[in-house]
Amino acid sequence: MTLTRWQRPQLWDAARHLSSLREEIDRLFESPFSLFENGSQPFSGGWVPAMDLYEDKDNVFVRAEVPGMKKDEIDISLHEGVLTLSGERKLEKEYDKAASHRLERFVGRFQRSITLPHPVDATKVRAAYKDGILAVTLPKAEEAKPKQISVSAE
Amino acid sequence: MNAVANHSERKERNHERVEQQVWLSPEVNIFETPEGYVLEGEMPGVTKSGLEITLEGNTLTIVGHRHEADFGANPVYRESRAGSFRRVFELDPAIETSKINAKMEQGVLKLHLPKAEKVKPRKIQVTD
Repeated sequence: MTLTRWQRPQLWDAARHLSSLREEIDRLFESPFSLFENGSQPFSGGWVPAMDLYEDKDNVFVRAEVPGMKKDEIDISLHEGVLTLSGERKLEKEYDKAASHRLERFVGRFQRSITLPHPVDATKVRAAYKDGILAVTLPKAEEAKPKQISVSAE
Repeated sequence: MNAVANHSERKERNHERVEQQVWLSPEVNIFETPEGYVLEGEMPGVTKSGLEITLEGNTLTIVGHRHEADFGANPVYRESRAGSFRRVFELDPAIETSKINAKMEQGVLKLHLPKAEKVKPRKIQVTD
């Protein structure tokens, strides 16, 4: 038998669920499908760009949808097998004083980390930013590559 | 773009469901200046050639086609949604539709929609 510490039921948790439910209902009335149509997550309260991970024999690929940024506003770091992407998007000064009819795009910081499925060679990592998509290519470390073992018949 | 039409948008959407086409709705910002409107739409992965902007009467339709990046790798984990972007707007009749200008930069569409000369605010000089 295992002993589990008794925990007071967390009220704030229930409250959070309630408020997110209300938002969800509001949103459903506004636009029935939009909830499921966007890659970024609607209730997180911040900017959570969609991230994808691919791999082939030699590389791990990470893609993130971060439209409308400058190349040097994006930070990429790799530490102990965890890749972290971060950056900040600012509202364009040009429209500071303009009246806004819709403001749906996220403004502010994002940070996302992903644990890589294999050890990679940190010195050979490449990143490109094109059409609003950040693509990071991480070559697998030699020891992580699949090896062919030949069986010799006797 | 006083009334950015939700009705027509919804109607279009239902119609699309029937056609089995998955459209993603881009997030937009719309600003209004004395000269006109600026619409910014997020469409990551869409290039200039994938952009299709049509105007019928006062209905502006923005479509951003994109293709899956195919580099022969296996997807392990995926959050992004497959599909192209589409959204419909009802334009303010004061917009000079012949002067609409579109630009695509790092996955963000920027549409400039200038107002017709006659509706722009004008300063009137007072003479003695």
